Amino acid sequence: MDQYNELNEMHIDVLREIGNIGSGNAATALSTMLDRKVDISVPQVRILDYATVTEELGGPEALLAGLLLFLSGDVTGMIMFLLHKDFAQMVISTLTGMEPDNVGDLDEFSSSAVCEVGNIMAASYVNAIASLTGQVIDISPPDICVDMVGAILSVPAIYFANIGDKIIFIQDEFDKQEGDRRSSSHILMIPETDSLKTLMTKLGLAI
Amino acid sequence: MSQTITVGISDLNIARAPDILVTYALGSCIGICLYDARVKLAGLSHIMLPSASSAPNVADQPMKFADTAVELLIRKMESAGARRVLLKAKIAGGAQMFSGLSTSSIANIGLRNAQAVKIELLRQRIPILAEDTGKNYGRTLYLSAEDGSMKIKSATKGEWNF
Repeated sequence: MDQYNELNEMHIDVLREIGNIGSGNAATALSTMLDRKVDISVPQVRILDYATVTEELGGPEALLAGLLLFLSGDVTGMIMFLLHKDFAQMVISTLTGMEPDNVGDLDEFSSSAVCEVGNIMAASYVNAIASLTGQVIDISPPDICVDMVGAILSVPAIYFANIGDKIIFIQDEFDKQEGDRRSSSHILMIPETDSLKTLMTKLGLAI
Repeated sequence: MSQTITVGISDLNIARAPDILVTYALGSCIGICLYDARVKLAGLSHIMLPSASSAPNVADQPMKFADTAVELLIRKMESAGARRVLLKAKIAGGAQMFSGLSTSSIANIGLRNAQAVKIELLRQRIPILAEDTGKNYGRTLYLSAEDGSMKIKSATKGEWNF
């Protein structure tokens, strides 16, 4: 398998389950940190080109906070969190007691608060998958960028350009509801094709 | 009425006055604008990577790479009436979106893209009139076929005209 589009329905089901387990754990971690209820939707696993992903996230110019972490060890790839402005704001105000007025211009303190949340969520996500498959997976410290979603996604697009124009988009939506204020965020897990093979094999599926 | 023509990632297109070419949210990618003022013909290419030889799996997608997309764009403009010797260039993009990236293969990709584009334009003997590359933010690029002006819009840092 060199390209993602060689995956079949059964593989997609397994990935959906991986996303489910990972994001369930991440949501629990988030809920504990924020001391409030966090809902997650059933993850959607789709193999999409970047342009479609961008459209689904509100168009290329939508302003989002992106957190990027690299996976290393037995499984390599990236995890990317895309947080809506409201969500980032909620996290910052809950953790720091401050109301940032402009998410586009986060101070260092707010940035590190958001990064820390991303770090803990990613660790929970990855630990669930690591213990399920018996693999050792390390994560890098997160890096943050608040900008147009198209520009943020150009980073994984370039990194994985050798694989093709499509990414496995394991989209987990986190919702936090407070009155009628609803803010969501997304986790994208982007394994390298070799690592995907490893995960599938460990789960007893040939690819 | 002028029309706005969108150029996607790893894509290129041309437009005549008074139309406008746009490419959204350039991150580490580069937007290459070419313009022939005599016939008011503009061309825009959105490349992702420096060189086709660096990505053998997808080397059959010439619009993705600096070293192959420029030639394609020139030919497309020539067949629409532009003259190679009259072309002038403006370039933008090549940002480093995540400041702390240390993974070697993509840490400097914006810079490497910008260098590859400049080398290719030099090879084609096309002068670069304006450049807005590097830094750490995304850019949306508008190229007017009316006068060859390039407008850059960022999410939070403002707008500039080149």
